[in-house]
Amino acid sequence: MDNASVVVSRPAIRWGAVSRSLRGGLKGGEYPWALAFVLPYAAVFLAFVAYPVVYGLWMGSETSLYRELFDDPIYQKSVVNTVLYLAFGVNVKMFLALLLSGFFMRPGWWVKALLLVFVLPWAVPQISTFISIHWMLNGEWGFLNNVLFKLFHIEGPSWLNERWMALSAVIVSHIWKWTPFWTLILLAGRMAIPMEIRDSARVDGATGVRGFVHITVPLLANLYLICTLLSTIFLLGDFNAVNFVSGGGPANTTHVLATLGIRNAFEIAQPRLGVAAVMSALPLVIPLVIVLMRKLRTAEVQL
Amino acid sequence: MSTIVADARLSSRAVARAHSSVRLRRYLSHAGTVVLALALVVWTLVPIYNMVLISLEPEGDVFTDHIWPRVVSVESFWGVLTQGHWYLEHFWHQFANSLYIGLMVTFFALLFGSLTSFSIGRMRIRHGWLVSNAALLTYVIPASFLAIPFYRIMQNYGLANNPWSVIAALVAFATPYAIFVFQEYGRSIPIEVDESARIDGASPPQIYLKIYLPLMAPALVAVGTYALLLAWNEYLYQFLLLSSKESMTVPVALAQFLSSDQSPWNYMMATAIIYAAPPVAIYYAFRRRMTAGLTVGGVKG
Repeated sequence: MDNASVVVSRPAIRWGAVSRSLRGGLKGGEYPWALAFVLPYAAVFLAFVAYPVVYGLWMGSETSLYRELFDDPIYQKSVVNTVLYLAFGVNVKMFLALLLSGFFMRPGWWVKALLLVFVLPWAVPQISTFISIHWMLNGEWGFLNNVLFKLFHIEGPSWLNERWMALSAVIVSHIWKWTPFWTLILLAGRMAIPMEIRDSARVDGATGVRGFVHITVPLLANLYLICTLLSTIFLLGDFNAVNFVSGGGPANTTHVLATLGIRNAFEIAQPRLGVAAVMSALPLVIPLVIVLMRKLRTAEVQL
Repeated sequence: MSTIVADARLSSRAVARAHSSVRLRRYLSHAGTVVLALALVVWTLVPIYNMVLISLEPEGDVFTDHIWPRVVSVESFWGVLTQGHWYLEHFWHQFANSLYIGLMVTFFALLFGSLTSFSIGRMRIRHGWLVSNAALLTYVIPASFLAIPFYRIMQNYGLANNPWSVIAALVAFATPYAIFVFQEYGRSIPIEVDESARIDGASPPQIYLKIYLPLMAPALVAVGTYALLLAWNEYLYQFLLLSSKESMTVPVALAQFLSSDQSPWNYMMATAIIYAAPPVAIYYAFRRRMTAGLTVGGVKG
C-alpha cells in the first residue's frame, strides 16, 4: 500500500530537511512573493475561523447564561449523553479497528475483496446512511423489526422511543460508520512495521497473542493514542449521527452538546444559550487541542 | 527390541495425533475466519441493503413488513430523475448547487493550500510556523462548534442563502488538510530542483506554476478528491446557511423528507442512493491515493 511507504521512508525525509535548513530558502527580493502566497490562506483563516471563534467567545461570555444552562434538565442529560457517546463511541470503535486491522493483514484475494466491501460505510455519505438507519429502526415498519418478526417471531420494540435504546442506536451507528476509516489508518500503521521485525519475532516464537502483545501493541501504541485523541475531538463535534438517527429524541433526551447547541440556537431561538452549550465543552476541548497540536506538530508517528 | 518397536509405534501415533490436532486447529481457525467474514459483510451491508430495498418499492408499499423486494420497481428512481414528486421539484437544481459548491471548494482549497505550502515549505518564509499552527488549530477545532457564530456573521453580511457563505466555511476547513499533505509530500521533491530553476532566472510564480504544481500532481489529486467529498457530504453548514428551495443542496433537501414520518420513503431512499453514487464512485476510483493522503494528513498532521 502506498501509505506504508510514506511512514517507512521517514529517515530519508529527515535528512532532506536537515540539508534544506542549511541551503535553499528565501533570496533577497523574493519576500514579497512569499508573503503574497501566504496571504490568501491567512485571510481565510482570520475571516472565517479566527473571527467566528472570537465572536463565539464574546456571545458566550455572560456568566448568567451558564447558570441558566446548568439548571436546564435537557442540558444535564446532554452532558451525560456526551460522556457516554465519547466513552463507548471512541473506545469500542478504536478497539474494533485495532483487531480488524490485524485481520485484514492476512494474505489472500478474498481478504482484499472483503476489505473493499468493509470500507463501504465510510464511502457512502453520512446523511444517506443515517437516514436509512433511522427508518430501519422504526418500531412499526422498520427493517430490523421485520427481520426479527419473520425469522424469530419476536415483536421488536420501538427502538428510538426510549432514551437508552436511542442513544445506543446512535453510538452503534457511529461505530458502523467510522470503524472502517480507523481500520484503514491502523492497517497502514501495521503495514509500516518492517518485515524484519515481524519475521525475527516469529523466529523467536512471538506469534499469535504473544506477537500481538509484545510486538504489535508497543509499536502501534503511539499511533493508536493519536488516533484515539483525534477521534475523540471529531466525535465531540459530531452533529450528524445524533441529528439523523435519533434526532435528539425522544423528548430531547438524547442530545449531545454539538446538537444541543444547534437546537438551542435555532429551534428555541436562543443563540447565546446555544453557544454556551458548546462552550461548556471547552474544559475538555482545550487540553485535547493542546495535546493534539503538540503530537501532530512533531508530525511523526514513531514506529 | 519389541519395546523399541512399541516406542516407535507409540511416537508415530503421537505424531499422528499431533498432526490431526494441528489440522483440527487449522480447520477451526478457518471456520472462525469464515464466520467473522460473514458477520462483517452482514454488519456492513444491512443499512445499505435497507436503503436499496425501500428505494425499489412502489409507492405505498413502504409501510409493509417484507424483507425481500416483492415487486422490483424503479418508479422512485424515475420519480427523482424526472422531479416527479413535490418534495423533488428542484432536484436537478439542487444537484447542480451541490456540484458547484463542491467544485469551488476543491478549487480554492487546492489553490490556497498549494500557495501556502509553497511559501512555507519551499520559500521558507519567516514565521511560516505561525501559519502552520493556525492550520493545525483549525484542523482540531470541531467545525460544528463554530456554526452558530459563523451563521450570525453571515447574516450580518447579508450572505444568507448565498452559496459563497458555505464555500467560505468549507474552504476554511478543507485548506488546513491540504497544507499538511502538500508540505509532507513536498519533502520528497529535492530543493535542488527549485534552486537550479532559480539560477536559470525563474521567478517564484514561474517556479510555482511550472515546477512545483506539476511535481505535486499526485498530492493535488488526493487533496482534490478529499475536498470535493468533504463539500459534497457536509450537512450542517449547508442546512443552516441555505434554506430556500433554490439555494438548497441535495443533503439539505434529503433531510427535508424527515420532517414528517409519513413522507414518501421510497423517493427519499432513491434520492439518498443517487446522492451517494458520485462519492462512492470517486472513492473507489481514487481509493489508493485517498488512503495515502489520509494517513499523512489525518494522522501525522
